[in-house]
Amino acid sequence: MKIGYFPGCSLHATAREFDESLRLVAAALDIELDEVQDWACCGATSAHATNHALGIALPARTLALAQRQKLDRVLCPCAACYNRLATARHALAHDKKTAAQVQSILGLAFDNSVGVVSIAEMLSGVTAEIRKQTRVPLTDVKVACYYGCLLVRPPDVCGFEDAEVPSSLESIVSATGAAPVKWSMALECCGGGFSLSRTASVVRLGRLILRAARDAGAQIIVVACPMCHSNLDFRQRAMLERGGLNQPMPVLFLSELVGLSLGLDPDRLGLRRHFVSPQPLLDRISASKAMPERREQA
Amino acid sequence: MAAAEPVAASAVPGTRSLLAEVQDATGLDPAHCYQCGKCSAGCPMAAEMELKTHEIIRLLQLDRRERLLATESIWLCLTCETCTTRCPNEFDPAAVIDALREIALRERRDSVPRHIAAFHSAFLGQIRSFGRVFEFGLVASYKLRSRAFFADVLAVPGMLARGKLALAPRRIKGIREVRRIFRKCATREEPR
Amino acid sequence: MSRIGVFICHCGENIGRTVDCERVAQTAGELPGVAHSVDYKYMCSDPGQALIKQAIQEMRLDGVVVGACSPHMHEKTFRRAAAAAGLNPFLCEMANLREHCSWIHEDRERATRKAIDLTRFIVEKVKFNRPLSTILIPVERRALVIGAGIAGIQAALDIADGGREVVLVEKEPSIGGHMSQLSETFPTLDCSQCILTPRMVEVAQHPRIKLLTYSEVESVEGYIGNFQVKIRKKARSVDETRCNGCGECLKNCPNKKIPSEFDQGLGLRTAIYVPFPQAVPNIPVIDRTNCALFRGRAKGVKKVVCGKCAEVCGRKAIDYDQQDSFVTENVGAIVVATGYELYSIGKEQESQALRGYGEYGYGTIPDVIDGLQFERLASASGPTGGKILRPSDRREPRTVVFLQCIGSRDPAKGIEYCSKICCMYVAKHAMLFHHKVHGGKAVVFYMDIRAGGKGYDEFVRRAIEESRALYLRGRVSRMYRNGETIRVHGFDTLSGEPVVIDADMVVLATAMRAQPGIASLAQKLSVSYDQHGFLNEAHPKLRPVETNTAGVFVAGACQAPRDIPDSVAMASAAASKVLGLFSKELLEREPLIARVDRATCTGCFQCERVCPYGAIERKPLKDAKGRLIRMVAEVNQGVCQGCGTCQATCPSKSVELEGFTDEQIYAAINAL
Repeated sequence: MKIGYFPGCSLHATAREFDESLRLVAAALDIELDEVQDWACCGATSAHATNHALGIALPARTLALAQRQKLDRVLCPCAACYNRLATARHALAHDKKTAAQVQSILGLAFDNSVGVVSIAEMLSGVTAEIRKQTRVPLTDVKVACYYGCLLVRPPDVCGFEDAEVPSSLESIVSATGAAPVKWSMALECCGGGFSLSRTASVVRLGRLILRAARDAGAQIIVVACPMCHSNLDFRQRAMLERGGLNQPMPVLFLSELVGLSLGLDPDRLGLRRHFVSPQPLLDRISASKAMPERREQA
Repeated sequence: MAAAEPVAASAVPGTRSLLAEVQDATGLDPAHCYQCGKCSAGCPMAAEMELKTHEIIRLLQLDRRERLLATESIWLCLTCETCTTRCPNEFDPAAVIDALREIALRERRDSVPRHIAAFHSAFLGQIRSFGRVFEFGLVASYKLRSRAFFADVLAVPGMLARGKLALAPRRIKGIREVRRIFRKCATREEPR
Repeated sequence: MSRIGVFICHCGENIGRTVDCERVAQTAGELPGVAHSVDYKYMCSDPGQALIKQAIQEMRLDGVVVGACSPHMHEKTFRRAAAAAGLNPFLCEMANLREHCSWIHEDRERATRKAIDLTRFIVEKVKFNRPLSTILIPVERRALVIGAGIAGIQAALDIADGGREVVLVEKEPSIGGHMSQLSETFPTLDCSQCILTPRMVEVAQHPRIKLLTYSEVESVEGYIGNFQVKIRKKARSVDETRCNGCGECLKNCPNKKIPSEFDQGLGLRTAIYVPFPQAVPNIPVIDRTNCALFRGRAKGVKKVVCGKCAEVCGRKAIDYDQQDSFVTENVGAIVVATGYELYSIGKEQESQALRGYGEYGYGTIPDVIDGLQFERLASASGPTGGKILRPSDRREPRTVVFLQCIGSRDPAKGIEYCSKICCMYVAKHAMLFHHKVHGGKAVVFYMDIRAGGKGYDEFVRRAIEESRALYLRGRVSRMYRNGETIRVHGFDTLSGEPVVIDADMVVLATAMRAQPGIASLAQKLSVSYDQHGFLNEAHPKLRPVETNTAGVFVAGACQAPRDIPDSVAMASAAASKVLGLFSKELLEREPLIARVDRATCTGCFQCERVCPYGAIERKPLKDAKGRLIRMVAEVNQGVCQGCGTCQATCPSKSVELEGFTDEQIYAAINAL
């Protein structure tokens, strides 16, 4: 399978491990990632929060470039990028006024035929392959699947799955052999872009997420967004310092978890880059590897 | 606000209607909102907002330009889309708040909370310069604008050690296209 | 040569201010065929009518045109006046100079010219009017009531007490409807069963009510005064003539774990069951889907898997081989009282417009229940003996949160209308909870309080002031399980504060909806219904219990969400309409209906295809020896509503609408 690839700004720096692990997992699953050439930032929150036209035009440019590159779909691993590109696509398809404006701003001709796919959507389509290629079933690993806000909302833009009770991450996590837990904060915002400008809000919201994951019995949290990862990983120390949360909880990118189950090397997956060490998880996996051969889950 | 100031049920004669401006910009009609409060009930930032989501829409229905453009609350919206997803009338408070922010930037720049303004400027500045956001540059620019010099400074070594800070930004080839987009979006005089 | 009388009314200032009535009368007087033409201030008054009657007799008029208001207002008045003077009433017509002229124009000159045109238009038409007589149709003076909830019961009793026979059909094994499931009713807090069961018994014992339970309407033929209704009596697997209601079969049925529909899934029943102890009739029914014997049969198992009930029945009333049977009833009127269903918020919905509520768990949290389930908990005859207990662990909840408007007033995921009864029954629930659980806390999330009935607002105030229910104005964003409790995230817009409550139980006031399957019943009856499945009344203000199908009436929640007092009132209203219909042996109908010329009808039956009322019948045309020539169309005089669609459609011009023949219409058009 070949699919267009829009890494977005964070995957080149603060979320490098997301990009690294995703490329490795894609290769293992025989998915060719064709990076959109010369892509620019999607604008994230700052564009749409300050200038509507800018908020649509920036991601629209990426869609136009993708079309020029003859890609029919673009994978956006970052949930925020995914949401911006999907929103642009939706606006261009349904809002004639915006479509006309954006065409004139871009000065590029394109017919909005490129689809936008999230990592949840893409990997949930290949769970059979993941299952088949699992070398290290993550049995007994209890995972809180954290969707964050932008992966499935609003429903008419994202549309891939139920916006209140989604299940794509759980199906992918189950395919690795791990056990997704039922918990209450799967869709609650982590504080998004306030990491720098309003850190206290991120700490407040993150604590609620960590507590809920812990109460549900999760050992790790899996995310599909570099913003969520940064907030929950980089800022976790501040959250723990407030007390009441006991041990740190490792936060993994979806691709890292899948990569581990495929038997890929944790270092190559970029797990050393986390602020909250995933060592407890790695130990658990080694321990279960050392145990007598368990039958792979069907 | 003076205690005896009467509430105008619509725009004060002689002023432009904020309601009409937002309606034009978003294509949404705030009359659909029946103030049930479900949006505010699910808003992650409600606890920190002086004006909650449904109150913002209410004040818009009443065309309270001054109060809405001056409040910090519209800048605290995370656009998490929870309100939009759950509104029984299929209204879109997040889109309305975006529109209010755009108008506030145009007309009340000084009322935008300093740190948030600094962040957005820094972020967009990066895109205008390089086409992409480079965290190091973003943080440096943000600190200069917000004067929050010392926050997170201790994190820098950790970031560097983990290879998470690209020190040398690279400009994309099509930077002129990006700058053109910025130019064209900045000159939008008429509402949308 | 015609001798038509023209009478132009000023209608006080209504017409006179804009139209020069004198001039209209004068000009009309000069038309060929007009023998008499006057104007007068108020034609519909006694002296006005006297003018008409006098002129008819003195001037030997053979046609009358009254230029006045709309025929909807006074056509009957003037026709009666004409008849009293000895002129066939259908030779009298009106020209609408008010709604069609003076009320919509300002220019006096042009309005007057238009009034002259309108008058001439009708004069030319009347020249071709034929004298017609009212049509008389025999009436079968028995009624059918479909649905035996409180509305159906009331209608049946009223008609039967009025001296007429009623066939009462109910699809459930017992009558009583949803009211029999309720614990107490607002605003009196009467025990529901206590006030209902006497009515139920009265129905069962009434000499003029034929009760058919566990039965459904299969097909309906005919028309007002003459319906033939085929009713399917579903197989109970119990011989009603032998069963004495002793209940031994129920006690001995080995399958005791079937979720009870009557208890809304909160309690269990056996495979052979009676829905509730006070059921009428008190005859059990076997649920063949769950009964072991029938499941064995369905699988093709040879031996009899179970036969416990037949074994213990002292009256040999069990009949495993019983089949559905059919009866046909001849009735003259039908009252539809099929009631409502409560909306379920689960993920699967049968309509695209409804999307369920994932933020409330899609019905997967056991202690989140709906209004009817709460009624079952509160009912003394319910699964918990009237104690409010959590379905999950049977513990008493200390904090119960009630959510109003779930599914209602919700264009996004539910329906946009208001279900009317929820504000009242939630207040009632809060009060019941307060009485039953001492120290318990009831919290109600609402948007508005709709309590418009007699004593209703006072009732809600009691819930707040005496039962100390906490009313929070705002909706709940989401809820989820939090250990033993349910965490509810809501808002109080009046104070501007978010509210988070850890509830032991949550009760959702879900929307009132039309019964599933109503579309098919409505189609059998030719009754129209709206996009929600609610049956349409003939006129929302002035004809609330009639439908557009003559002889079919509606009562209760099948027409719109409604509470018990209104349903009862509506049922009595429908009954009075039925009794009015039955007050004469013959039904009088206006003769302005279609008529087929059998000689020229080719039997193409295009008219049958387009008739919205199913009023065209196929009849044989025979020669003198009785041999069939061809089938031709014939208009059923009882059903035809005179819409004229057949006349417009007929390719051979064989159908005419009396009072609006092609001749009349062309004459009128040519006059302009």
